[in-house]
Amino acid sequence: MTQLQDDKELPHLSSDQLSPDQLSAYYSGKRLLRNEIHIQEVYFQWLLSKQYFIPVPAIKRKLFHYTCQRCGNSRRSLFGDIPCASCGETHVYCRKCIMMGRVLACDFLYYWNGPVIERTLLQYEPCTWEGTLTSTQEKAANRIVKAIQLQEKELLIWAVCGSGKTEMLFAGISEGLKKGLRVCIATPRTDVVQELKPRIQQAFSSIPIEALYGGSNDTEAKAQLIISTTHQLLRFQEAFDIMIIDEIDAFPFHSDPSLLFAVQRSRKLKSTSIYLTATPRKQHQMQILLKQLPHFFVPVRYHGHPLPVPYMKMSISLKKDVQNNHPPASFVSWLKKRKNPNRQLLIFVPTISLVESLLASVTKLLLQEQMIKNKFEIASVYANDGARVEKVQAFRDKKLVAIMTTTILERGVTFPSVDVAIFDAGHDVFDEAALVQIAGRAGRSAEDPKGEVVFFHDGKTEAMIKAVEMIKEMNKRIADF
Amino acid sequence: MHCLWCENEVEFSLTWKSLLIPSREKVLCSSCRGKLELLQGERCNMCSRVSMEKLCSDCKRWQSLTHPSSLQWNYSIYKYNYFMKELVAKWKYRGDYTLGVSFQSIFQEHFKVHFNHLRKSAIAVPIPLSHERLKERGFNQAQMLTEFLPIESCSPLERLHGEKQSKKTKKERITGGNPFKLKETIKKQVILVDDIYTTGATLHQAARLLIDSGCPAVYSYTLIRG
Repeated sequence: MTQLQDDKELPHLSSDQLSPDQLSAYYSGKRLLRNEIHIQEVYFQWLLSKQYFIPVPAIKRKLFHYTCQRCGNSRRSLFGDIPCASCGETHVYCRKCIMMGRVLACDFLYYWNGPVIERTLLQYEPCTWEGTLTSTQEKAANRIVKAIQLQEKELLIWAVCGSGKTEMLFAGISEGLKKGLRVCIATPRTDVVQELKPRIQQAFSSIPIEALYGGSNDTEAKAQLIISTTHQLLRFQEAFDIMIIDEIDAFPFHSDPSLLFAVQRSRKLKSTSIYLTATPRKQHQMQILLKQLPHFFVPVRYHGHPLPVPYMKMSISLKKDVQNNHPPASFVSWLKKRKNPNRQLLIFVPTISLVESLLASVTKLLLQEQMIKNKFEIASVYANDGARVEKVQAFRDKKLVAIMTTTILERGVTFPSVDVAIFDAGHDVFDEAALVQIAGRAGRSAEDPKGEVVFFHDGKTEAMIKAVEMIKEMNKRIADF
Repeated sequence: MHCLWCENEVEFSLTWKSLLIPSREKVLCSSCRGKLELLQGERCNMCSRVSMEKLCSDCKRWQSLTHPSSLQWNYSIYKYNYFMKELVAKWKYRGDYTLGVSFQSIFQEHFKVHFNHLRKSAIAVPIPLSHERLKERGFNQAQMLTEFLPIESCSPLERLHGEKQSKKTKKERITGGNPFKLKETIKKQVILVDDIYTTGATLHQAARLLIDSGCPAVYSYTLIRG
């Protein structure tokens, strides 16, 4: 670090260099490493001396305890030691957030302290969405608008799978945009960001929107409306007036403390946070019960039909069947007497290795039952699958009759008419939230609101019982609504 | 102890040794280690590539290009499979220095088997990075591997800044000019150390320079055969 030099004049700038006022559009609300700030070194030093940028040591050290000032990581095992070539000393670096660029102990993070960008109030309605909301959706939308108008701190929208959560947001977003507020829609998953971008862009056709995720083309991150993965929020600091978090209960959000840290730092001190979920975690349910977290409940799907209630099928030989690369015996008998054999079939299994080992025998079975004509009408989809997007699209286009998958398809995807089967529903990966989400894949369209959901198991687990209870509970609340 | 790659707990078997001397070694868990593939079976005597011929077609071409051959032979440990690519990308390009530690024990073991006869007479030389690249990455992965070895090492080579090797085509690599400069001459046998042998261009060029300045023989030891 060079010393601050107060009376240094503004250095001569090349013509493409922006003035501090212009820079504020790019850098206000951010917390960045030097190599993420694209400014010539001389000019940058001048900006530092005038305190337009404020440096903070990138890793804070307290006795034997380190904290990464970007991601909040303080676990010693997630810091590595590196003999650093740029400073010549051996020191720590953060391994937790390294995929976003390495944070070294000899580095600084910089945040903008210069002029704040003034966003103009919109004189027109930015929302160009022409659909109509159901009365339930409208109630929820109004509740969100109210929360923004009254600058409430937090609001949780508990809306069942298939209730049309995205559409409920439009009124609130447009309220924020009109007031010149900065809005962020954050979600834990990259594919959800990619899916949301065109939908939101269509709904707000004249508003510039940026979608941030690892590998995204939008890198300036200066738009008023931003859709981002929760990871990318690590580059922000006090940036957003309205923070909407979709699927707040989803992995990795609920299990990774740095993501909550990112969300909290990226919103302004005075801001409104809207949380969306179909399956709130215990902690939120508790807060709701204790009336610490305002919430709004949407028990009805957009088509007004109740959620399909899963039923459980015991299959004593399940573990043995699966080990011998066969589907559970009761699956075979269920397959023969499905209520509506025209529905597509969505099969969830607990692990990737099972997807691979069971695919052949399930294919054979479906061929025998003449559910599929050839082996190209069934596919497997899992996390590191290069053709994942294409396969899901093929299933949507009904080119595929059946899909075998892991929990990666548990949420965020919509297929109009499917039956859902879970092999080994008692496995640890299927917790209560996952089971409710998976059950929520069935009966999504008004034409066929009654898909079947079957849990194949060799012993009920608490998660299975709770999931069924939760779905029944939500269905009951439709009547009260 | 957590796996350096997947962060899962690594289980150690409880033995008298592990009880008395708790290991602080940083490692991969068994499932991640299992995804790394060792080079196995018949391989080319020159470049360590898996091949039925004693001398693979690429090496024949190298021999016809350079007389006398500058590099004696290369030895590599791993295949460059999908998992290895991810690992190397994070280690080298993202700069996760600690990940490299997971190669320490295997790099030492294979050295003992294949380079033992050179142990007393040879000196290890890491393939350098240019100053710019070194500043960008913070460390040199070849240097790191060299430090694992139980022999003396020195850095007589200097690299001029240019396009990354991994961004060039095979032809550009082989016909391109020599990117190295020699700072001092070495009269001992040399074992060049690098993370990966792809076309061999880098190693052959470095070896050429050393031989031309009077070095008696040059071998190379690389972690991966690309």
